[in-house]
Amino acid sequence: MNASPAVSPDILRIDAASEAERIAASIRDLVFNKLRRKGAVVGVSGGVDSAVVAFLCARALGPERVLVLFTPEADSSSDSLRLGKMVAGSIGAPSLLEDITPILQAAGCYERRDAAIRQVVPEFGPRHKCKMVLPDLLSGNRYPIYFMVVQSPNGKTKQVRLTAEAYLGVLAATNLKQRTRKLVEYYYADLKHYVVAGTPNRLEYDQGFFVRYGDGAADLKPIAHLYKSQVYQLAAYLGVPQEIQNRVPTTDTYSLEQSQEEFYFSLPLEKMDLCLYGKNKGIAASELAPLVGLPERQVERVYSLIDAKRNATRYLHMAPGLVEPIPEV
Amino acid sequence: MCLIEQELHSFIGENYLLAREDSLNSNDSFLEKGIFDSTGILELVSFVEHKYNIELEPDELVPENLDSIASLARFLQRKLDAQNAIPEMSVTAPSVRSGL
Repeated sequence: MNASPAVSPDILRIDAASEAERIAASIRDLVFNKLRRKGAVVGVSGGVDSAVVAFLCARALGPERVLVLFTPEADSSSDSLRLGKMVAGSIGAPSLLEDITPILQAAGCYERRDAAIRQVVPEFGPRHKCKMVLPDLLSGNRYPIYFMVVQSPNGKTKQVRLTAEAYLGVLAATNLKQRTRKLVEYYYADLKHYVVAGTPNRLEYDQGFFVRYGDGAADLKPIAHLYKSQVYQLAAYLGVPQEIQNRVPTTDTYSLEQSQEEFYFSLPLEKMDLCLYGKNKGIAASELAPLVGLPERQVERVYSLIDAKRNATRYLHMAPGLVEPIPEV
Repeated sequence: MCLIEQELHSFIGENYLLAREDSLNSNDSFLEKGIFDSTGILELVSFVEHKYNIELEPDELVPENLDSIASLARFLQRKLDAQNAIPEMSVTAPSVRSGL
């Protein structure tokens, strides 16, 4: 059976040229008029989202008003910095490198993380590598429960289910990375009277895939309304280097290479994109299933998981709670 | 309602429905009701492992076993039966409400 027009393969197609202009106009208005700043700091990770935001800011404000910031740390892939420099070079914007490893060491990030991991893998040491993963939704109907994958110095890997205490310990320690990056970004924003541009796409923003007051903190989020596949369309239109467009999205947070799919979404991003769109537009699972290439039951399950993640992460979007409103500000 | 269901109702009521105004019935889906976040589900698994002195295998961590009080109680009962450790049964218990 053919998909109805509502679920044609083009449902996520955008007019990249006019969307780029629309976003650039919004960035100009936000930075110069509403926020009254002189430019934008963009933390660039070597991934496609931050590359697109840097390109859009350069288009909107002029490359001389964009500061591209690289904040690698001990667990970052060397590709991240190389590709990040490619972004700065492509747009002709000034860039700065701040290795945040010493700050993280001083804050006990690595020590605290390793101690949390040792709760479930007692032999874990400084030469081990690790990543946190969720089960893949496509290979079985497993409940979304986190496991730690650990690689010993001799290359042997094992996967262990986390306890709540170990999970929270690892998360609290690794969240120091995103918060430290933001601290450095705001240092430069203050120094230059700039804003900080955030880089979440719609999947990340909607599903709460960010650290509160870490990568979730920003003065503007110019691509938060775009599905991931739409970000790729903009990347192609803007001329983001092909190697960045081709790179598998990673978290760049753990010492073992970790895709966003295994850490958070449990589904390839192009399928997740379609499911989120389908859910947002009220498309029945049975209608969407052929386009996504999943059984109807699986799409229903993804719809449920989208709601579950929204419920669990709603607080990430909330302003600090007040006992009563303060209408004067 | 069996003892295991009662114990699950109590644990969830005391830990996850603290100020919620809705109730949780035995057949309600945890996912659909948004009862647990990533931490909560790990706590639930730890709770049942310690409480009933069992270990859950990765392939047992599926919604059919875990996604409601009733399905979890049935799963635990089967697992305990297999270990020849059937807990005491009782007949009635109320659904969990907030503030328990």
